[in-house]
Order: sequence, then C-alpha cells, then structure tokens
Amino acid sequence: MSEEQHFILDGRRIPFEDGQTIMEAARAAGVYIPHLCFNPEFAPHGSCRVCLVKVNGRVQASCTLPAAAGQTVLSDIEELREIRRGILQMLFVEGNHVCPACEKSGACQLQAVAYYVGMLAPHYTHFYPRRPVDASHPDVLIDFNRCILCELCVRASRDVDGKNVFAVQGRGISAHLVINTPAGKLGATDFSVEDKAAQVCPTGAILIKHQGYGIPIGQRLYDRKPINVVGDVAQASESQGGRRHD
Amino acid sequence: MSTLETAAQPEYLCRIAIDPLSRVEGHGKVTLLVDKDHHIRQARLHIVEFRGFEKFIQGRPYWEVPVLVQRLCGICPVSHHLAAAKAVDQLVGARDIPPTAEKMRRLMHYGQTLQSHAVHFFHLASPDFLFDFDDPTAHRNIGGVMADFPDIARQGVRLRKYGQEVIRMTAGKRIHGTGTVPGGVNKALTLQERNYLLTDLDLMIQWGCNILKLMKKAYEANPGYFTYFATIRSSYLSLARADGALDLYHGGLRARNEQGGIIFDHLDYQRYYQVIHEQVKPWSYMKFPFINSLGPDKGWYRVGPLARINNCDFIATPLAEEERREFMALGGGELIHATLAYHWARMIELLHSAEAIKELLLDPDIFGDELMACGEMVREGIGVIEAPRGTLFHHYRINEDGLIEKANLIVSTTNNNQAMNESIRQVAERYLSGKELIEPLLNQIEVAVRAYDPCLSCATHALGQMPLYVELADEESGAIVGCLVRDADGTVRDHL
Repeated sequence: MSEEQHFILDGRRIPFEDGQTIMEAARAAGVYIPHLCFNPEFAPHGSCRVCLVKVNGRVQASCTLPAAAGQTVLSDIEELREIRRGILQMLFVEGNHVCPACEKSGACQLQAVAYYVGMLAPHYTHFYPRRPVDASHPDVLIDFNRCILCELCVRASRDVDGKNVFAVQGRGISAHLVINTPAGKLGATDFSVEDKAAQVCPTGAILIKHQGYGIPIGQRLYDRKPINVVGDVAQASESQGGRRHD
Repeated sequence: MSTLETAAQPEYLCRIAIDPLSRVEGHGKVTLLVDKDHHIRQARLHIVEFRGFEKFIQGRPYWEVPVLVQRLCGICPVSHHLAAAKAVDQLVGARDIPPTAEKMRRLMHYGQTLQSHAVHFFHLASPDFLFDFDDPTAHRNIGGVMADFPDIARQGVRLRKYGQEVIRMTAGKRIHGTGTVPGGVNKALTLQERNYLLTDLDLMIQWGCNILKLMKKAYEANPGYFTYFATIRSSYLSLARADGALDLYHGGLRARNEQGGIIFDHLDYQRYYQVIHEQVKPWSYMKFPFINSLGPDKGWYRVGPLARINNCDFIATPLAEEERREFMALGGGELIHATLAYHWARMIELLHSAEAIKELLLDPDIFGDELMACGEMVREGIGVIEAPRGTLFHHYRINEDGLIEKANLIVSTTNNNQAMNESIRQVAERYLSGKELIEPLLNQIEVAVRAYDPCLSCATHALGQMPLYVELADEESGAIVGCLVRDADGTVRDHL
C-alpha cells in the first residue's frame, strides 16, 4: 500500500486527493479553518479572506489554494487570528450588524466566526451606511444592512436556481448587492423561498418573512457549541446534504 | 396645577440644579429657581435624554420590533417586549393566542414585575426609609443598606434574582430575551424548569409578606410624613380585568378622578388615542399625556402601582388581596393620594406577582404544545400592558410589505410626567421654600421623584452620586456673585 499524499496543518498530517484545496482537505479531515464566503457546494470564491493560512511562510487563501505534498500550513496561530479578527471587525463596521435585535443572532455564521476568532468589539469606526430593507417579496426579506458580499446568493441563484436574481454592482468600497431587475426589487423577480439562494446566506441578510426568533435562546445553532464543532449555517440547515455546483 | 411650573421673572433668580437625579433609572435633573430670600419660584423635572426609538424602528420588519424595542430599558425590557408583542399579535390577526402562550407571557411578566419592584424598593428606594434625610450621601445607598441591614439587602438581591430566573426560563435570557413570536411564544415550560422555579417560591412569597410588615412599620412610625409628603390629588389610569380585578397583562382601560369616580371604564385599549392625548413642553424631552375629555391642564393623571391598587376592585390572589384591603382602609373609602404610598402599593404588587407566579407554575397549561395563533394580517396594531411603572402603550402601523411605517410609544413614566412635576413643586413649596437650601433638603426632592420609580430613559438605572451646583446671582445685574459646588463625595466647596 503506497503512502497517501499529505500536507502538515498545524503539526497534523492531513491527507488529500488530487484537486482538493487546503480547505477541502482540512474539512475532510475534520479540521476547521474559519471562513465565510466558502461553501463546499460551490466553486471557491476567495473573497472574504477569513480562511487565510500560512503556507510555507506565505499567507494564502486556503479555500482556493490547491493542496500539495510538502506544504507546511499554519492556521491556528495568533498572527492569523489577528488578521482574521481585523477582517471580521471591518465587516462588522462596514455594514449595520446589530446582533442584539437580529433574528439570526445565535444562528449567524458571521457572529459565530467572530466569536471563534476572538473578536470582542468592532474596534474600527462604524460606517453606519444607509441601506434600505427590501420586503417587496411576499415570503423573503432582504436586509442589505447585513450583506457581507460573500456572493453565495449570487452563485446559488445563478448556478443552481438558474434565475440570476442577484448581482454585485460597483467596485471596491462602492460594491453592493443588487437585485437583477429594472426596479431593483425582489418582489419583481421569480425568486422563491424554496430557491437554493434563499438557504445559503451566512448572515441575516436573506430572511424568511413573518417568522423571527422562532427558536428559543439556548436551542439556536451556535448557542451551546462553537462553529468549529457545529459547522456552517448552510450545511446545518440542509442536514449536511448537498453537492458541489461548479 | 401648581403655579411653580414657570417663574414670572426668571432673570434674577438663583438656579439650582439637581443633576443627575440619583437612584432612579435613567438620566434626569431637577432645576429650582430661587430668589434671594430662598423662596422657590420655579421647579421642573427635566428629562435630558433623547432616545428616538419611534423614529429609527421605521423601515424595520414588524416581527423584529418586540426584540428591538425592549432595548429601551435594562430594568423592565419584558414590558416593552410584551407590549410590542401584543401589538404584533394584532398585526398578524391573532386576536386570541393559545392558553399556553398567554400563560408563558404572563409568567414572564410577573417575573419581571417581581424583579423590577425588588430593584426599585431594595436597591434604590430603601435608603429613603431606612436612613434619615441628612444621612451622609456616601452611606445613603444600597451599600449602606448592606452594611446596616444585611438581611433586608440580601432579600432584595434574592428577590430580584428569582424574578430574573423566571424571565430566563420564559425568554431565554435574564435581560433582553426572545420569548415572544407573532401570535404566541417560542417555547413552553419544561417540567424541570417548573420544578426549579418552585423551589424558592414560597420563600419569596414569605419575604413579600415581610417587606409589607416593614412598610407598615415605616408608616406607623411617621404617618403624617407618609401621608402628606409630596402628596397631590390626581386622577388615576390603569388596565383592569373585566371583573375589576388587578391585571398586569391585559384588560380594559379604567380611569378614575381624584374623588374615585369613573372617567371611563373597560375601554378597549385599541381606542386609547381617543382618550389619551399628549402635550409637548419646550423644556423637557418627555411629553405630557392627558385625558382628552379633561384637557391638558386638568387631564393629567397618575399610573403605576398606586394607580392600579386605587383603580382595581380586588386582587385575585389571597395574600395580596388582604394587604390591598388593609392599604385601602387608610383612605376611609377615599382613594389613596399619598405619593409615598407608591412604595407600599408596589410591595403589594410584588407579593401579588409572587403569588401569581405560583398559580401559573401549578397550571398544566404551562406545558402545552400549542404555542402560536395567526389570522388575517392587518396594517395597525396596538398593545397595552401594565409595566411595573405603569400603563405602557405601543402602537404600530406597517406598510403593505410588513415594514414599520409609524410608531407611537407612551411609556409608563411619561404618563407620570406632570404628576412628578407636581410632587416636586409640592415638596419645594412646603418643605424647601424660604429655607437655605442644603443637600439634605434637596434630597427630599429626589425622594419625591423616586417614589414614582421613574424610568427616565427606559434604560439602565443611574445608581450614582448627586453633584450639585448652586449659583447666586445679583438681583439687579444678574451677574453670578457666588457659587457653591457639592462634590460627589458630599463635600461642599466655594467655587469662585
């Protein structure tokens, strides 16, 4: 039996198959690397930068970097935790993430990852952008205040639902999520609550209407165990099923 | 109404500010304008915070509101949570919610009333009963109570803790939980939770009885002071159950005039805006509500424990009913108008809350699995509840997408705005005017305000010192000729 190919992650031997990224191999081995825009059902995006790891001395996104034999990867080190905290803090101040009143609190991947990386306060000055809520759809509400531009809804709607309901408009600091209709309203699309795009948001930006706070405190996804044990919001809500949509 | 609201010639009067008021919830101040002979010409209670909740919830989804608006307050968030939830029930057409849902909400509410009343009496107000007016400020607080009356302080802490535990079991957290959902609640009680809450409950009821004995002892020691200090005759407003019983969660609006006559009764609170209007005055951020039929000058009223005990025909739990009868007997058939009687009435409600919690915990409905109701959506919802500090109105209008278009909140303390001003003016006229103002005298102003248990910001309380600045102005020129500063530690120094 030939020796399986592997790399070293935080001192641990991680086997991988050809074509797997460091993130995918780590997940398969049960090792958690914090992430937001990564979802195993979709092609990696590499945009949130939360999954940065140090590979042979260079900082790279683990969700896009192919695993290779001989790599020495560091993830759970203070240097990277500090970078991740900084990224999370910027995400929190760039939008309006009011956890105390958000119905996603306790089951929010953004909040859970922030806890995981040890973010205790936003640190940076809040932008307090003025962003409207789009409640024009009968079943689903879009709260743009909570969008972190992970583009999972964009990818899901385009690649799975075949509807292309969402897009990101603008560049850099002006980038923002839009609805692909002339009026820019979700109610004018054929978006459905059953769509994949309605299930993948890692924050409280896409919500099912008229529910709110239905799960008691103490029973929410991340109330008892942290995200590295529980897993992502999307996978938990779909019972770990799913396929990859390239 | 007192004539001390606005001085005729304020220019040459000395201004004394009690800022901030201590041992009350939130931030407020009292200003006094005094002439050179120490006669008080103007006395006002100002609310110096601006919160803006009614504005910034506009555009938010209606189902978020009960959790959002409870952030108004850290002492009684459950009141805002439940008042908003009742309004949201209207929005989703849930006119009747399942028994389990209503009883879970009631349990949450009685837990909150218990803890809030305990906080006010033991942590904030008990120094007013246990120590003299001229007791050193550094000692006249819960720390002093703990040092001199450790058993009383301990009971206060544990009563509050018990109430907080009831909230935790029903809302998920001791402060700012998420118990309600549109048309119901998100959980029933488990047997384990019920048994946990029953463990200490009889002791809490016993302590509720004990504190009423303490209250009666304080009254008997000085009935004249208790009866007349800060006392004003007023109308009273509260909810009352259909059979006239005290009900803190639901009922019709009942208002009595100062003679005890009914102004309106069993009024559906969905029509509150027909009977209650609000007046704005330029010197306070807090509005002045009044009973519309009586007008702004004569229509002001009082709410809260005293109003509820005066207004109800009976209390449905036996120990509290016995105490209510004894309390009302003091009036000899008349309503009780003594402002300090608020404390007594509050403790009767604390006992009632503990008894009501026991009844609910022993009710099998509390374990039910039907948690929600729904119906036809409507665009306007009104929820009213008896918060610890008085009648609380939440009124929301939504657009066709379910987003809040307009909100009106009349919080309990707002209802007492004019009454608190009247009480400090009574104290100013009767006890302070013509005397050189020293700190123990000014403390009497605070004692008057504190009796109402005001939640000035509907935020966490300001348990702190009371720095004081006294400026002496020249009567002719208006120039400041002297200034005394009293520091937080109680020392007085010349500032010029």
